[in-house]
Amino acid sequence: MTIRPAIAAPPAPPPPNLRRALSDAPRIGGLGWRTRARAVPYFFLLPFVAVNLVFFLYPLIRATILAFYQTDGPAHRAYVGWSNFNFVLHDPDFHKAMWNTTVFAFFSICLQLPLSLGLAMLLNAKNDRLKGIFRLAIFAPNLAGQVFVGILFSVLFTPHYGLFNRFLQALIGWGLEQQWLGDPRLVMPAIIIASLWMYVGFNMIYFLAALQNVDQGLVEAATIDGAGPAHIFWNITVPAIAPVATFVVVTSTIGSYQLFELPYNLLANNAEGYGPNNSGMTVVGYLYQYAFHNGDLGTGAAVGWLLTFIILAISLVQIRVLGSVGRET
Amino acid sequence: MNPLRIALIILAAVFFLLLPIRRRLAWRYARVLLLLAVATVMLAPFAWLVCAVFKDSTVLNEYSFLPPLSKISHETINLSNFRALLTDQPTVQGPVCFWRYVANSLFVASLITFLSLVFSSAGGFALAKYRFAGRGVLLTYMLASMTIPAVVLLAPNYQIIWQLGWMDTYKALVVPAAVSAFGIFLFRQAMLGVPNELIEAARIDGWGEFRIYLTLAMPLVRPMSGAFCLICFLGAWNSFLPPNIFLQSQAKLTLPVVLNQYVGQYRHDYGIFLCGTLLAMIPPAILFFSLQREFISGLTSGAVKQ
Repeated sequence: MTIRPAIAAPPAPPPPNLRRALSDAPRIGGLGWRTRARAVPYFFLLPFVAVNLVFFLYPLIRATILAFYQTDGPAHRAYVGWSNFNFVLHDPDFHKAMWNTTVFAFFSICLQLPLSLGLAMLLNAKNDRLKGIFRLAIFAPNLAGQVFVGILFSVLFTPHYGLFNRFLQALIGWGLEQQWLGDPRLVMPAIIIASLWMYVGFNMIYFLAALQNVDQGLVEAATIDGAGPAHIFWNITVPAIAPVATFVVVTSTIGSYQLFELPYNLLANNAEGYGPNNSGMTVVGYLYQYAFHNGDLGTGAAVGWLLTFIILAISLVQIRVLGSVGRET
Repeated sequence: MNPLRIALIILAAVFFLLLPIRRRLAWRYARVLLLLAVATVMLAPFAWLVCAVFKDSTVLNEYSFLPPLSKISHETINLSNFRALLTDQPTVQGPVCFWRYVANSLFVASLITFLSLVFSSAGGFALAKYRFAGRGVLLTYMLASMTIPAVVLLAPNYQIIWQLGWMDTYKALVVPAAVSAFGIFLFRQAMLGVPNELIEAARIDGWGEFRIYLTLAMPLVRPMSGAFCLICFLGAWNSFLPPNIFLQSQAKLTLPVVLNQYVGQYRHDYGIFLCGTLLAMIPPAILFFSLQREFISGLTSGAVKQ
């Protein structure tokens, strides 16, 4: 039914075009249009190819070379071999950053995604007028970027006065005086909470769409046969949403390993954005610190490549493992 | 016992009373209640933010949201935060008003969105509707390029921008962001749905290839265009690292960078930077509400086969 407006749209062809079309008979139908169209796809793709070569492929090659140089700002550099990698891999700050980022990725997947799925299943009822409003409310935090969420939560986590501290105190009677952003043990939980607030609705949207793939007839048949909700969940729902779940797990992991702006702005007042004892330092934060504060782009490039390999390795393992699970069930 | 806990206990008691009498109703009640609780938690920070910006700095910490009705007066609720935020700030380039940063952000984000829309849709159209030498290679290359995280390019791109003499210009922000393999993929997926018969018919009518793309294919992929514009605009509007690295003059900065500065500058008067944060959240919200339907469908189109 989408075809109708397009058919109505083309007016009668103007005479010059018509004449051209008629004078060159092979163009009409068959394969003839391809001769005329040969250059067209290249023209359409030219902007992408040009910009991609200059700002993606070329810098990618340069990053490889740069990783073996020590630089001071963009202009000065000296060849240092593998020592950038050597330095980074033995730097306790990098270990800390790697640990923090891994903790964050772990909780993104093991805490945030189950909650997203749970919310999606709660929302996924038939004939519910409230569905749209709830979906909007839960998704809303994602509209504010990491920077603004970080700034907002830096105030919400204020000891004694912050909304989050007050809420926790009223709910479970603990937490009013906690220094969420000043206590090294609480910085990562604070980052995880802020990110949970921000991304739970985003992933919920994917699961909501995936739940449309669940065969309702199968669910009804299973219910008649006396299957409990847990049975239905593991044997019907999970296999149906497995492809989307794999996608969400992999993209969440990739995103989590590139975390930077949220903690950097959340902790903007605590130790230059990295928290006490670097307790909120992430891998990208480490890269930013070395490449753009200390001016050592070489170390930045080395960290970038290390992160790339880690992300690739983890996503490949995830796709293997989750893919095989999806096939078995 | 505080009011929150009393309310929760009462609500839970209603559920357990309903459960033996009317099972289905009890579960529906629990579901709506749970969703209401989650929605409240999600929206409370926004509500708090809106209240906070209107509170005078003397009572900012005193009340969780707004002061009680008896205490509302010009001393507690006023526009002093806005006034402080919107007065001109002296910088090296002369006085700069906060609206200048809003205008910068709007300009950069709109330009990136427009260029991305044009280049991604054209590229997606070419990949979906033409057969040409190098097509398979290009598709594979684009798929592979999407697995490389952008941060690995930060350091070399800094050198390239510097060598091009693009430091402290918007070119450094706009040009690298104007094309994306991801965008071309989204549009390729959508353009595959444009019927070949229509394109053939248009060619027989003597339409040029560019006209087919612009007036035939583009209207047919309009939902995808809406979603893509929103994704692009949100990304560009919230982008922090590139402007932070490439821009130097204060007057050229975009909102995320400026607000990050303000957090340090107004450390003890946080009503001011909260004001800026609220203003910075408004344009994406307006765009979202006008494109909401397209957004949800576009967001999931890559992941879910319908």
